[in-house]
Amino acid sequence: MLLTEIKYLVLKDIKLEFKQRYAINGILLYVVSTIFVSYLSFAKIIDPATWNSLFWIIMLFAAVNAVSKSFVQESTSRQLYYYTVASPQAIILSKMLYNFMLMGVLSLLCLLVFTGLMGGFVVNYPLFISALLLGSFGFASALTMIAAIASRTNNNFALMAILSFPVVMPLLLTLMKVSSAALSVGTMSGNIKYLAALLMLNVIVIALSYVLFPYLWRD
Amino acid sequence: MVDFIRKNWWKLLGIALILYSIIAGFLIEVPDLPIIRQSIRNLFFHVVMWFSMMVMFGTSLARSLRYLSTFDLKHDVYAIQSVNVGLFFGMMGIVTGMEWANFTWGTPWTNDPQLNGAAITILAYFAYLVLRRSIDEENKRARIAAVYNVFAFVMLIVFIGILPRLAQGSLHPGKGGSPMTVTNLDINMRLVFYPAIAGWIIVGYWLTGIRVKMAYIRQHLDNPEF
Repeated sequence: MLLTEIKYLVLKDIKLEFKQRYAINGILLYVVSTIFVSYLSFAKIIDPATWNSLFWIIMLFAAVNAVSKSFVQESTSRQLYYYTVASPQAIILSKMLYNFMLMGVLSLLCLLVFTGLMGGFVVNYPLFISALLLGSFGFASALTMIAAIASRTNNNFALMAILSFPVVMPLLLTLMKVSSAALSVGTMSGNIKYLAALLMLNVIVIALSYVLFPYLWRD
Repeated sequence: MVDFIRKNWWKLLGIALILYSIIAGFLIEVPDLPIIRQSIRNLFFHVVMWFSMMVMFGTSLARSLRYLSTFDLKHDVYAIQSVNVGLFFGMMGIVTGMEWANFTWGTPWTNDPQLNGAAITILAYFAYLVLRRSIDEENKRARIAAVYNVFAFVMLIVFIGILPRLAQGSLHPGKGGSPMTVTNLDINMRLVFYPAIAGWIIVGYWLTGIRVKMAYIRQHLDNPEF
């Protein structure tokens, strides 16, 4: 029952997205212009550490932008309809899944454009890609929950940024550690504990959201 | 007079414990470790502040959880006031830490996972305060703030508790690369350390109680039929 609800909600979100392309175009434009601006100001990055931190900063802001749109789009009457039709757990899990797909596509594209403009510094691709995917998952889940909380208020972007920053920090720091290892001579096995930590973080966030979202939804 | 002491004995106990910790903290003999030397006495103030802060935030978490299960607004008032007192202890902890760091490491702040974790915790609870201010309706505010409280607390336990252990080479005592931890604390220092924590926690609860009463009075003044 829960799985079918989730499947339909995710399909609904994807279909809406393909019809309007509002969110994905906005985010794409944001990412490409940010990378282009950094390209213009940095010309050529020779230092892997700079490449790394710039990449993750852009990813972070793109993520906050992308996920905050997911709760803004629904009008109150439509939300009432969802309330009667689906269970709150299905709603939060479907939003997380949809945001994860969005973030996954976004991060791979970001990597592509970044490598194209700034030069490819990645040495260990499997490690980097797995960090990227786990990171996207983490961003999607944590930020979806924060967006759910922020959407219940006057819903300005500043509040979303303030609330998400402390929550996203552990994720970001672990990600930067793993990816800086992937940019140098790091191996998959040496960094497996960080990847495991990322996975655990994801699981904790999802479990917490599953339990807490019904309280938010009661409006 | 006897009535006063009977009802408020715990407050006097808290004050007594803190006075004892301050006086004894400067008078007892402490081990003379390299670099730290006598400033190790800051342990009685800096670390005590962090412990008290964690207890206050833990209380706030418990109150938030109780609010979510009972929807009694009383718990919400306790939750926010515990956070206020906890933030005060946290800021004191940071100030004493910066003071200590300037003396032992030469700079008030370094790029250390535990320091960053502490700063992020304080930021998260300030964000909690901002979140509360942005919602007007009482019940809604209590509910949403409670959800954020639980969420932030768990994330921060992960952050401050687990991630620094993954990191190596930290200047901060207790995590890889530094001689002293809380577990092998010198026996003389323990005699001052534990009472200090107890005293500050008692005073923390006292402060929370006063702030809760002030909040109730303010609520009564705002709407008389409450």
